[in-house]
Amino acid sequence: MKLESKIPAGELKDKWTNHKFNMKLVNPANKRKYNVLVVGTGLAGASAAASLAELGYNVSVFCYQDSARRAHSIAAQGGINASKNYQNDGDSDYRLFYDTIKGGDYRAREANVYRLAEVSGNIIDQCVAQGVPFAREYGGLLANRSFGGAQVSRTFYARGQTGQQLLLGAYSALNRQIGLGKVKTYYRREMLELVIVDGHARGIIVRNLVTGELEKYSGDAVLLATGGYSNVFYLSTNAMNSNATAIWRAHRKGALFGNPCYTQIHPTCIPVHGDYQSKLTLMSESLRNDGRIWVPNKVGDNRAPNDIPENERDYFLERKYPSFGNLVPRDVASRNAKEQCDAGKGVGDTKMAVYLDFAEAIGRLGQKAIEDKYGNLFDMYQTITGENPYKVPMRIFPAPHYTMGGLWVDYNLMTTIPGLFALGEANFSDHGANRLGASALMQGLADGYFVIPYTLGDYLATNKLAKVTTEHPEFAKEEKSVNELVGKLLAIKGKRTVDDFHKVLGRIMWNNVGMSRNEEGLKKAIKEIAELRAEFWKDVNVVGSAQDLNQTLERAGRVADYLELGELMAKDALSRNESCGGHFRAEYQTEENEAKRDDENYTFVSAWEYKNPGEWEFHKEDLDFEFVHPTQRSYK
Amino acid sequence: MEGNKLNLTLKVWKQANKDAKGRFETYELKDISTDASFLEMLDILNDDLERKNEEPVAFEHDCREGICGCCSLYINGRAHGPLAGITVCQLHMRNFKNGETIWIEPWRAKPFSIVKDLIVDRSAFDRILQAGGFVSINTGGTPDANLIPIPKEKADLAMDAAACIGCGACVAACKNASAMLFVSAKVSQLALLPQGQAEKQQRVLAMVSQMDKEGFGSCTNTGACEAECPKKISISNIARMNREYFSASIKSN
Ligand SMILES: Cc1cc2nc3c(=O)[nH]c(=O)nc-3n(C[C@H](O)[C@H](O)[C@H](O)COP(=O)(O)OP(=O)(O)OC[C@H]3O[C@@H](n4cnc5c(N)ncnc54)[C@H](O)[C@@H]3O)c2cc1C
Ligand code: FES
Repeated sequence: MKLESKIPAGELKDKWTNHKFNMKLVNPANKRKYNVLVVGTGLAGASAAASLAELGYNVSVFCYQDSARRAHSIAAQGGINASKNYQNDGDSDYRLFYDTIKGGDYRAREANVYRLAEVSGNIIDQCVAQGVPFAREYGGLLANRSFGGAQVSRTFYARGQTGQQLLLGAYSALNRQIGLGKVKTYYRREMLELVIVDGHARGIIVRNLVTGELEKYSGDAVLLATGGYSNVFYLSTNAMNSNATAIWRAHRKGALFGNPCYTQIHPTCIPVHGDYQSKLTLMSESLRNDGRIWVPNKVGDNRAPNDIPENERDYFLERKYPSFGNLVPRDVASRNAKEQCDAGKGVGDTKMAVYLDFAEAIGRLGQKAIEDKYGNLFDMYQTITGENPYKVPMRIFPAPHYTMGGLWVDYNLMTTIPGLFALGEANFSDHGANRLGASALMQGLADGYFVIPYTLGDYLATNKLAKVTTEHPEFAKEEKSVNELVGKLLAIKGKRTVDDFHKVLGRIMWNNVGMSRNEEGLKKAIKEIAELRAEFWKDVNVVGSAQDLNQTLERAGRVADYLELGELMAKDALSRNESCGGHFRAEYQTEENEAKRDDENYTFVSAWEYKNPGEWEFHKEDLDFEFVHPTQRSYK
Repeated sequence: MEGNKLNLTLKVWKQANKDAKGRFETYELKDISTDASFLEMLDILNDDLERKNEEPVAFEHDCREGICGCCSLYINGRAHGPLAGITVCQLHMRNFKNGETIWIEPWRAKPFSIVKDLIVDRSAFDRILQAGGFVSINTGGTPDANLIPIPKEKADLAMDAAACIGCGACVAACKNASAMLFVSAKVSQLALLPQGQAEKQQRVLAMVSQMDKEGFGSCTNTGACEAECPKKISISNIARMNREYFSASIKSN
């Protein structure tokens, strides 16, 4: 298979403009003849569905929650980047592009990243016009804050609830189209299969999560905006039901999976407290604007943090990276925290934590100012831990947070299955081996508001496809296969619970395919996951029935998919004999323990083709760096 | 940090579906850590039940950090449990006593029918927003974001209202099952901002009319909604919506 990225020729800054002109358009009167299925209602899905409906397409949207507004994007806290240069601090499209390419450790496509930067300003305009209440200065203009990996202040925010406000904006645009009859909603539905007719994606099979019935939907294109797969680690910052099922089932049907091993471990999360723990809570990166990260100088220093004098503390990020300090990119911050804990300097009962301290900022700015900026995060910390972060430093530790990998897509966001598109976190496209903070919201909305409305039109205009309804035999065939899968899960009646398997998988992933990886551990993980998968299909116990609301059954299907995906992540990590961004192979590091890339041999995207459970064929897309020259990333 | 351990009796509402008859089921739980969250306590219960081949308790949840609005439990007679200003998923077991009996119910309100056990149907909220909770602009062609300065106090007030997570606790807490706090939060957000001015009259009329159609009760100013709102949405939004509504009704007559 030859992977064609379809990157337009020409100067970096002209590519998207030229491409927009060269793409075919669907006549306004013809748009209403097309049906588009959008799976997922997070930032990417909701913005795409609303924009496409505005253009005149008939859109159906699907999500597993009871309302589009509850998609996981709602939980994003810190902010969204845009190269507005409102602060007059030297920002530009090129700088945002450059920071993002560099932040991704030179493993993303230049053209995609430039387009992202180019439309970033429009996103802010769009959201403000919708009534998104971004933070403002006293003069009434928009406020900004700084995020990791950048030396300009370009992050727009709405208190600690930026994702919520952006999603409610996109959801309001979606609601308007629902009211106008252009969008049909199918909430509490889970997509379990993709239907392909004559080589094109033409429909989906979903399970109605209330009645348990399988339902069939046909369309002229299918858009997957189903989010990331960090929950493969069991404990992550993602919502409990976030899952990989939609993209995984599409992968099994032929969509290649790009860079599965690129996962982001976020440095500032509340540490694990017990084995009943269900998720990890993120403390927004924005806290690193004012919080200082440290550990005691001495190994095994058990004094309370406030009893440790200044000269016995190691502000390790400020020491090692004087120019970026606490605002180094996430992969660097996480790895450094782990290094300190591995060296025995971790704090708290478990010793798997470092301090994030606001004493200096409170002294400098006053408690009120800190409360205004981060009040809700401080409250959140206190309700979970029972400790007051205004008085004692927060304890934080890295946790799985975001997956840069996802379905491989070309410049038009189309997967290797014609007519199947992937948007938002579900695709692999823009963040390379590490995503910078506040860039996921930007990418989700860029894909939905400003990219897919053009590229989908081009696909529909160039491919004159015959009408297909759910009467087509492929639908019955796929429905039957889903039915069998569900039946099989329910029939095992083994002894172990679904969560039991998920937790074991999570531990294997965290220990071997987490923040630091090595050949031995990865090989072990591949073997253990395959064994666990075999065990799952023999010994899982899924109670309840298929014709009912059955949350155990929902989880079982997702875990079955994770048990394949986890193995692919390990295989991908094993095949990439270099360190880059979030993929850190212990064998490949500089003398200062930084990630050591191998540009000569690994400047490519890994794209995996599914063959059988545990079996894939490897493909690659070479990355060309025409405009920037990859260098060793330095934040010193 | 392993906290103390609790032994608890749970009285949980079980109901097979919308039309079935519901009842309280009793469960005993042992050795629950006070550091566990309330929903983690229910996870432990469900894991036990699954191991005994019994059907687990269905409840709605997703983000588990107080923002998605999925979780919706009525605990010992209070929406989202004993603490003010948080959702159930943020509630921790350190707020309960050893030996305590905990009553867990779904939201009870006519417009929210029970789907199963502790899960209710809140789609009425979506329909109210579909009636007018938006600014009618299309994607693209919007002016530069800094073109309209918005005084910080106004923007902050709009943000206070916009913080609503749509969980429905306000309706569940109200003896009339009124949705005024929810509806007024959206109406206020857009009424406070310049972007919302063009449609402000038809918006409030359409949303209130849909609210009535869905069968929500009227507001008698008891303030229960504000007291139980996990996001502390202020009841002053209701007053603002009433003003908007009256002025819009007069103009439309
Ligand atoms: C706690 C937290 C904080 C974050 N903060 C920031 C931040 O400050 N800035 C930033 O840029 N990024 C942030 N991120 C990352 C960012 O929020 C996500 O990457 C982004 O919101 C993903 O959006 P999405 O539209 O791709 O998918 P999601 O918002 O995850 O939406 C997925 C949708 O797909 C649906 N779905 C999934 N599977 C199926 C299926 N099988 N069938 C039917 N429907 C399905 C779901 O119902 C949902 O509607 C944060 C992430 C987390 C976890
Ligand atoms: S689970 Fe999201 S608010 Fe409680």
